[in-house]
Amino acid sequence: MSRVVVTGMGIVAPNAVGLEAYREALCQGKSGIAPSVQMKELGFGCQVAGIPDISRQTEEGYFSHEFLRNSNDSMKYAVIASFDCWRDAGFSLPPPDSPVDWKTACIIGTSLGGIDTIGEFVVPETNAKRVRRLGSSAAERAMASCASACVGGLLGLGGQVTTNSSACSTGTEAIVNAFWMIREGRYDRAVAGGSEAPSVYTWAFLDSLRVMMRDSNDRPVGASRPLSATAGGFVPAGGAGILMLESLDAAQTRGARIYAEVLGGHSNCGGQRNGGSITASNPEGIQRCVQGALEVAAVDPVEIDYINGHLTGTGGDPKEIRCLSAALHRPLSNMPWVNATKSLIGHGLGASGSMESVATVLQLTEGFVHPSINCEDFHPEISELRPRVPEKSVSVDCRIALKTSFGFGDVNSCVVFKRWEN
Amino acid sequence: MVRDEVRRAFLELIEPYVRGVAPTEIKDGSMLVNDLNVNSARFVDIILETEDRFRISISDKEMERFERVGDAVDFICERTVAA
Repeated sequence: MSRVVVTGMGIVAPNAVGLEAYREALCQGKSGIAPSVQMKELGFGCQVAGIPDISRQTEEGYFSHEFLRNSNDSMKYAVIASFDCWRDAGFSLPPPDSPVDWKTACIIGTSLGGIDTIGEFVVPETNAKRVRRLGSSAAERAMASCASACVGGLLGLGGQVTTNSSACSTGTEAIVNAFWMIREGRYDRAVAGGSEAPSVYTWAFLDSLRVMMRDSNDRPVGASRPLSATAGGFVPAGGAGILMLESLDAAQTRGARIYAEVLGGHSNCGGQRNGGSITASNPEGIQRCVQGALEVAAVDPVEIDYINGHLTGTGGDPKEIRCLSAALHRPLSNMPWVNATKSLIGHGLGASGSMESVATVLQLTEGFVHPSINCEDFHPEISELRPRVPEKSVSVDCRIALKTSFGFGDVNSCVVFKRWEN
Repeated sequence: MVRDEVRRAFLELIEPYVRGVAPTEIKDGSMLVNDLNVNSARFVDIILETEDRFRISISDKEMERFERVGDAVDFICERTVAA
C-alpha cells in the first residue's frame, strides 16, 4: 500500500484565482460574494453569488481561440486550476503529440457539468427545431464529464479519466477516490478535485427549494453566514479546486515538493433514514464517515488540530457541529479549530469540497487558520464552540486537519490531511 | 462574388481547422480531412460557418461537395450566383 501525498494544487475561486492570491484572500478574510444582476433580472429570491473573476487576459494566457469557442465555464475553470496544479507539481504542460501518460489518472467531479451549455444553447436550439445548428462541440460541452475529458486530453492522461457526482460532497469525494487509486498502487498520481459552473440553471431549483440566502441581497459580503444565528441559506458559487495526489515513492523519486500527506479518507451514505432525507443528513452517517476516515488514517481524534467544515450557512450547521463533536468524542469547548471557507467563497456545490481542500492544505502548510466571517451573532445552540472559530486569521501550527463535505442524498465524504514534515 | 474572392474567404474560414499545412500550400484538389488534417468531428462546424458567412443553405447531401477545397468553392459560387 502506497502512502499518498499532495504535490501540487490549483484554484479558481470567487475571492481569488491562483494559489498565492487565494492564500492571501483566505488570510485576509476576503469575501468573493457580489450582487448578481442576472439573478435579480430573473426574479430569484437570492440575488448574490460567488463568481470567479477571470479576465480576458487570463483566458488568452491559458486557452487557444478554438478552445474558447468550444468550451464552457466548468471546462475553463477546470483547465486553469489543472494547468496551475500540474505546473505547481513541477511538470511542464505536454505538447499535443506527447506520449500518453499511462501512470496519471484524473477525477474531476461536478454537480451539473455543462449545465450552462445545456440551458443556454442545447435546449433553446432544440426547442426551436434547430438541432442541426448545435454543431460539433455541443456534445463535449454538455456532457457531465466535460471538464475531466477536456483536462485528460490536454494533459495526455492515460489513467482513468472520469467524473464523479455526489452533489455537495463531490469535490471531497474525488479526493477520497483518488487517494484509494494511489494507495492501492493503480496509478502513480491523479489530478483530483471538482469544477462547477456559476449557472442560473443550477441555482434556479435551489432557489425554488428555498435553501439559498434571500435576506442579504443588499449586503452581499454579509450574505454567507455559516455558524450564525441569522444564517438564512447558502450563497451559490462557481469555481474549481484541483490537487495533485501522488504516491510518496513517485514524489520522492522525482524530488517533488510535498505539501501534505493524505492520511486517509472515507465516503458513505446515511441511507436517508434516522433523521436523514434527500436534503438532510443522518447524524450517524456523518459520525461513521468521520470515524471511518480516522480509522484509515490511523489517527486518534485527539490529534485533529483543525476542521474545515462543510458548514453552508443553513440550519444544518449546528447539527453538523454536534455530529463532529460526537464523532471525535470532544466537547464543543475542546474542539479543534473550526472554520467555514464558504463564509468567504459561498457554496461551490460540486467544486466546494475541492476548493475547501486547497484552503485546508494551504492553512496547514502556511501555519494559519483563516477567519470564518459573518458569525458575530454565533448560533446559541453551539455557543461553546465560539472560541474555536477565528474572527480574524490566527497563526497556529496545525499538523492534522479534517475536511468534511455532505451532500443531497445524505452522502458524506471526509479526508484527513497531515502537514508534511520532512 | 468572383471565384477568387470566394476561395479567399473560404480558406480564411477553414484556417482555424487546418493542421500542419500552410495556407499557400492549399490547392483546389486538397481534401479537407485527408490532406489538410481537419478533424472530421469539426466538419459540421465548417458547414455551419459557411452557411453563415455566405448566407446559403447546405443540405446533408450537399455536404459531400465539401470534401475538396475546389469543389466546396465551386458549390459556394453556384449558390451565391443563384441567389
